[in-house]
Amino acid sequence: MLQEESDLSLIIAQIVQKLKGSNLYSQLERQAWASLQRPEIKLESLKEDIKEFFKISGWEKKLQNAVYSELSVFPLPSHPAAPPEHLKEPLVYMRKAQGNWEKRILKSLNSMCTELSIPLARKRPVGEQKELLNKWNEMGTDEPDLSLFRPVYAPKDFLEVLINLRNPNYENGDSLSFRTHLGLIQVPLKVKDIPELKECFVELGLNTGQLGIDDSTQVPPELFENEHVRIGQKVLAEQDSAAAQQYIRQGSPTALRAELWALILNISSEPEDVLYYEQLKTNVIQHDLLVDSLIYKDVKLTASNDDYYFVFEDYLYQVLLCFSRDTSVLSHFAYNSASPPKSYIRGKLGLEEYAVFYPPNGVIPFHGFSMYVAPLCFLYHEPSKLYQIFREMYVRFFFRLHSISSHPSGIVSLCLLFETLLQTYLPQLFYHLREIGAQPLRISFKWMVRAFSGYLATDQLLLLWDRILGYNSLEILAVLAAAVFAFRAVNLMEVTSLAAAEAVLADLSTLKVMPLLQIFLFATVT
Amino acid sequence: MSRVLVPCHVKGTVALQVGDVRTSQGRPGVLVIDVTFPSVAPFELQEITFKNYYTAFLSIRVRQHTSAHTPAKWVTCLRDYCLMPDPHSEEGAQEYVSLFKHQMLCDMARVSELRLILRQPSPLWLSFTVEELQIYQQGPKSPSMTFPKWLSHPVPCEQPALLCEGLPDPSRVSSEVQQMWALTEMIRASHTSARIGRFDVDGCYDLNLLSYT
Repeated sequence: MLQEESDLSLIIAQIVQKLKGSNLYSQLERQAWASLQRPEIKLESLKEDIKEFFKISGWEKKLQNAVYSELSVFPLPSHPAAPPEHLKEPLVYMRKAQGNWEKRILKSLNSMCTELSIPLARKRPVGEQKELLNKWNEMGTDEPDLSLFRPVYAPKDFLEVLINLRNPNYENGDSLSFRTHLGLIQVPLKVKDIPELKECFVELGLNTGQLGIDDSTQVPPELFENEHVRIGQKVLAEQDSAAAQQYIRQGSPTALRAELWALILNISSEPEDVLYYEQLKTNVIQHDLLVDSLIYKDVKLTASNDDYYFVFEDYLYQVLLCFSRDTSVLSHFAYNSASPPKSYIRGKLGLEEYAVFYPPNGVIPFHGFSMYVAPLCFLYHEPSKLYQIFREMYVRFFFRLHSISSHPSGIVSLCLLFETLLQTYLPQLFYHLREIGAQPLRISFKWMVRAFSGYLATDQLLLLWDRILGYNSLEILAVLAAAVFAFRAVNLMEVTSLAAAEAVLADLSTLKVMPLLQIFLFATVT
Repeated sequence: MSRVLVPCHVKGTVALQVGDVRTSQGRPGVLVIDVTFPSVAPFELQEITFKNYYTAFLSIRVRQHTSAHTPAKWVTCLRDYCLMPDPHSEEGAQEYVSLFKHQMLCDMARVSELRLILRQPSPLWLSFTVEELQIYQQGPKSPSMTFPKWLSHPVPCEQPALLCEGLPDPSRVSSEVQQMWALTEMIRASHTSARIGRFDVDGCYDLNLLSYT
């Protein structure tokens, strides 16, 4: 029909426009020019012959992967009358709430700036630049005085904002009625129930082999594991992003994981990418930002204290400091409900030519932010590749965990999904916890905001993140949170306070993620 | 297709409810919006766009003039079009919607009045309506020009004179030249949207405080 055709041509035009600025475009152009030397390319049928050449030499596959990547990340073009804010977030009251939350963060950062009399940004003197360059690979040994710095916000502050989120057009009566939500989240977003989740996560079913379950020592590898590894190698040989995404839903073998994630996220390490990372490194050396101190503090408080991740402390600085200077991250704000903070060059307040974003990538780190990077250090050891993978994971998934939006993978929907699953399938447990003043979301929120990083054992965490990539959605975090509560339900029924409930759920490091998910989705009697 | 905005007058919403609006407990689940076109003659309706605000189902009736002598009748052109797949949740609640001529049940010629019937069966919402309503009619077709006679009535093809052997076929040459011309045009028209990547202004990144606006 007319509408669908025009939608399709609009999507195609949008993707073409985006790809035109990319590395792949210039590479394809160069290849096309070079191919003119080849005997099979004739001038009369130039277009067809070059297309054929691209197909045979594997360049068409690269283009296919790039288009697939764009489709996964960018939302569909919206109605022509819709303003750009609508694409960021369609619901007006959520946009307002996000704007208010951002104002609070900015106020907090500004007050820290004035209290400590530290500028937001300053150019480093040459001596300091040389010193930093020398100890670039061991920034962890530096022990600056960070006692006066405090994180801008912690997940529990954000939770309070979400609890107070209200739709002005919704019946928020004071008395309890069928309209009130029994959990903490009071906005009526659409969330999936277990039958819909079963359909969505069909590859996690009981009849399908999984890494995380069917590769344990008791199961002979001929049954599933060997074949799965063989298919994985084939997928990597084909270099097909879409096939890799489908494959990884059953988990990724440890040896193939780094390459598979790079294929799905469409990251290839070209010399230009290494050069880009080096440029960011130069920016770090030249300018010192207040945000850097926040990053230092966060790494020292979280990753450095973690048994699994403290060895990667230096890598974390190298990635996060460069991340703050990367202006290409600004493009994700087109579909993120958040907006980057703005500032003006000193003395030029109000003049638009001197308006800049602060930090250059528009993302202010919060307490626990460095935990998004830490698990990736197990997979990638080369800093520029590690950086690219993290950046892509952030602009695809992690940004949704700390901004207010109605997206099905946004943190508000995940919280509501968790509460709804618990209420529907474990009503006794939910009621009991509510009665003792231990609303389940207060315990599980921190797990979901960090995508379980730092709470699960690393091999289990990587199996979980395999599925996030495979299904291109974060809903599995909410399902896992509910599954954990279901697993420890017997103990939780006996507690009588929030502190005791927290204690029961304090240590998740022994949990096996895939059996929990499978039992909760497919094997629980409802 | 080009379209032209038709100036319309949107009357206030009227709630359909049994009993007195003030004293009864529930909220009306049906609203009616009348749209008139005071200064425009009956026209062919091309497109309706609006922003939804918590309306679940939409029906549209139009008053059509069929011929010069019979009085205009009301015809239903859209019945229970679903705007919110789940009336109790936020999905589709504040979306921008376009409805086109080809989605309607009847043809949209000679429309003089429009009536939108909004339904929201869920009692959870305090109010519902549609906003930014805009009606479009078909834009004017490109103005017709009179072509010179030799263009509109070409002379019947003469048999081309037989060329010497060895020269390429002229129609093939012309199609190839056309392709190459198209390629050069494309290259000329394309420009990259590559970013520069600098975050400072002329090497300076000395900042004031963060701005709240």
